[in-house]
Amino acid sequence: MKTTFLKLSLASLALASAVISCKPKSTSNAVSGDAATKTYVAPGKYDEFYNFVSGGFSGQLSVYGLPSARLLRVIPVFSVDPEKGWGYSEETKPMLNTSHGFVPWDDLHHVELSQTTGEVNGKWVFVNANNTPRLARIDLKTFRTAEILELPNSGGNHSSPFGTENSEYIVAGTRFSVPSDNANGDVPINSYKQNFKGHISFVSVDKESGNMKIAFQLRTPGVNFDLARCGKAKSHGWFFFSCYNTEQASTLLEVNASQKDKDFILAVNWKKAEEYLRAGQGEKQSVRYAHNLFNESTQTATSDILTDVTVLDVSKLKDICYFIPCPKSPHGCDVDPTGEYIVGSGKLAALIPVFSFDKIQQAIKSKAYDGEYEGIPVIKYDAALYGEVKKPGLGPLHTEFDANGNAYTSFFVSSEVVKWNIKDLKVLDRVPTYYSVGHLCVPGGNTRKPYGKYLIAYNKITKDRYLPTGPELAQSAQLYDISGEKMQMILDFPTIGEPHYAQAAPAELFTKNQVKIFKIAENKHPYVTKGEGESKVIRDGKTVHVYMTSIRSHFAPDNIEGIKMGDEVYFHVTNLEQDWDVPHGFAIKGAANAELLIMPGETCTLKWVPDKVGIFPMYCTDFCSALHQEMQGYVRVSPAGSNVPISFSLGKAIPDPVK
Amino acid sequence: MKKPFPILVFILMVSFYFSSCGGGTDSKSPAADTSNVNKSGETDAEVYDPKRGEGEFSADNVKISDQLDKTLATAGESNFGVKCSSCHKLTDEKLVGPGWKGVTTRHTPYWIMNFITNPDPMINKDPAVQAQLELCLVRMPNQNLNTDEARQLLEFMRKNDGVK
Repeated sequence: MKTTFLKLSLASLALASAVISCKPKSTSNAVSGDAATKTYVAPGKYDEFYNFVSGGFSGQLSVYGLPSARLLRVIPVFSVDPEKGWGYSEETKPMLNTSHGFVPWDDLHHVELSQTTGEVNGKWVFVNANNTPRLARIDLKTFRTAEILELPNSGGNHSSPFGTENSEYIVAGTRFSVPSDNANGDVPINSYKQNFKGHISFVSVDKESGNMKIAFQLRTPGVNFDLARCGKAKSHGWFFFSCYNTEQASTLLEVNASQKDKDFILAVNWKKAEEYLRAGQGEKQSVRYAHNLFNESTQTATSDILTDVTVLDVSKLKDICYFIPCPKSPHGCDVDPTGEYIVGSGKLAALIPVFSFDKIQQAIKSKAYDGEYEGIPVIKYDAALYGEVKKPGLGPLHTEFDANGNAYTSFFVSSEVVKWNIKDLKVLDRVPTYYSVGHLCVPGGNTRKPYGKYLIAYNKITKDRYLPTGPELAQSAQLYDISGEKMQMILDFPTIGEPHYAQAAPAELFTKNQVKIFKIAENKHPYVTKGEGESKVIRDGKTVHVYMTSIRSHFAPDNIEGIKMGDEVYFHVTNLEQDWDVPHGFAIKGAANAELLIMPGETCTLKWVPDKVGIFPMYCTDFCSALHQEMQGYVRVSPAGSNVPISFSLGKAIPDPVK
Repeated sequence: MKKPFPILVFILMVSFYFSSCGGGTDSKSPAADTSNVNKSGETDAEVYDPKRGEGEFSADNVKISDQLDKTLATAGESNFGVKCSSCHKLTDEKLVGPGWKGVTTRHTPYWIMNFITNPDPMINKDPAVQAQLELCLVRMPNQNLNTDEARQLLEFMRKNDGVK
C-alpha cells in the first residue's frame, strides 16, 4: 500500500513537471529526447544545408553545416585575417582599401544569397559593411571575397544587402542620414532637418561576372533606414524599406526617435526609377568611393577610386516612393513567398501589421493618402493594411517564411519565436529562445521557394548557455525543427562575432561548383614561378623579388644571401601542388606582416623589411607532410653597403653567386 | 492486484502529455539524406593488378612504339619542370622521391601513367609503391595531370632512359 502511494506521488510529480515543460521557464527543459538524432550527422557524412552566418563585429562571414551546426569556414571579408593572410598579403591588401584609406576591421550584419526568379542560385553571397559603408560579393566557387564596393552619401550601411529576385540589384540604404558627400558638411548637427538626407543605393550585378556597379542612388528625406526586402512574383519591381526616426532627431534617439506612434515602410517602385534614369532625370554628383576587385587570373586585387554617382531626388521625381505608416520603429520588413504580403515588425510594438501589395496598388491608384512627408505621399494605414497579428509577443523584429503559408517572427523583448498563419493571422505556436533573439533564418525563408525544415534563432545574449569563458562569451544560436506543427528545439550552438542575419540553402547548390585547386598552367600572376627551374632572386635597386616555389616539403630556393639593410624584400611564393587541400604556409622571422597561406597553384606575396643584420629563418606554417618540420630555410641579411652578392640555392650548402 | 492498474493508466497519461508537449515531431530523421564522402570507387586489394596498377590506363589504351616521339617528349620535359622536378631527379639519385633513371624498365607504361594520374589508391595497395614509401616517407602528391600530360611525361621518361 505504501509503495503504491509512493508510485502515485511520483507519477503526480512527473505530471506536474510535464505541465511545466509545456511553457519552459528554465534553460534546460525545452529539449525533448530525440533532439540529438535529428542533428546527428555521422562521421564522414555531409550536412544537408549550408548556413551563411554574419560574423557581426568580427567583420567576417561564418559558414556552418545544418543540421549539425558544425563550423565549416570563416570567410574573411571586411577584416584582416591572419589565418588566411587576408589583408596581409600584397595581393589582398587592396581589397580593404576605401576612400578613407586601408580599413582593417568593420562590422558585417546581413547576408544575401544571389537569386534567379526568386530562388537561390548558389553563385554568390553578398554582405554589408556597416561602419564604413560597403558591399562585398563572395564567390561561392572558392568561398572567397571577390569584390568590395564602397557606398558614397552613406553612414551606417545597415539596410543592406538585400537583392531583387534575379539579383538585378543589391540595395544599400543608409542608417544615418548625413549631408551629401558633395555638399558642405561643416554644418550644425541640429540642422538635421535642413541638411541631412537619406540615400539608398541600387547596385547592379552583372549576370555573368557578378561585378557590382552603383546604377543609381535615391535621395530621400532624412530618416534612418533599417532593413529591406524586394517584392517578388507579382510585386517584382518594388522594394520595401523599414525606416525609423521619422522624428528626425539627431540626439538621444532612444527617446527622441521613439515619439511617434507610427514610423514608415518606404515602398519603392524601382522600375519607375529606372525610367527616370533612362530619361536623364538623374543628377551626376562628384563623390569618391573605392571599388576593389580580386582578379582570379592574376590572383591579385586592384582598388580603384571612382568619382561620380547618379542621384534621383524622390521628393521631386514623383511615383517612385510611397510611405506606409508602420507602428513603432520598424526593424523587419519582410515579403512573403507569394509577394502579396509585407510584414512590418515594430521593435516597440505589441502587434504585427501585415500589408497587402494589391491594396497598396489600389491606394496609390485612388490616392488614399494621409498627406505627404517631405514631398512623398503617405498612404493611409488602413488602405494598405491586410490585417494585424494581435498579441503575438513583445518587440517583433524579423520574419521568415515556410512553404506552407506560415510566418515565423522573432521577438526580442519576450525572447521567443512565434509561428503564425499569414492568411488568417492566427498565432499557431511559440517557442522560447536563449536569450533575446535578433534575426531568424529558415532555409530559403526569404525567397519564393522556402525549403523550411529548420529555423535558426540568432541571439543577442548568451549568459549561461555554455561553459563560461570570463566576461566575454560566444554568441548563442538555437536550431529548431519546424517540419511538424509545433516547433521543436533540437540544438544550441555557439557562433562567432555577433550574428545578425543569416541565410541557408541546400548544399548541392554549392558543392557542384567547388574549385579544389588553381591550375598552375592558368596562373597569370606577374610573379608566378612555374617550376623550381624558374625560381630566382632578382635585385632591382633596393627592392628584391624572391621567386619561390613550395612543394611537399621544401622551398626553392631555401638559402638566400645578399639581402642588405634598407632593402624591401618581396617573397612571391608559388605553391606547385595540384592536389586538393594541400596549402603551404610561409613565415619569416620578424615579419611585421603576419604569414601567407598559399593554395595549390596559387602565388602569394609577403613583403618583408629586414630590421637587423643576421640570419633569418623561414618555414612552412601549414603542416603538409611527414617532413613538414624539414620545410625551412635561411635568409642572410648583411649591412647596407656590404658586398655580399645576391645568391640563392636549394640543396647546396654554399650558394653559387649569380654570374 | 487491483491497485496497480490505475497507476499504469496514470503513467500512460503522463507520457502522452509529455509527447504532446514536445509536439508534432514526425519520426523521419532530417540528417538522413546526406551524401557519402568516399566516392573514389577503389578496387579491393585482392583484385589489384600490380603490373597494371589502378586507373584508366591499360595495355589496350596506351600504345608506344620502339621509337621516341620527340614532340611528346619535349612537352613532357616542360611538364616535368613545372610539376615533377621539385622532387625527382633524372638520375638514379633520390631527392624527395626516387630518381627517374630506369623507371620505364621497372614498370609497364600504363602502370606509370596510372600511378602519376591516380597516386593515392596505388600508394594504398601497390607493393612496389609501398616499399618506396618506406624509403621516402612522403606520399607522392596528385599533381592533377590530364591524359595528354601523363602520356607526354611517359615519353620524356622513355627519352631519359635512352629511347631514341
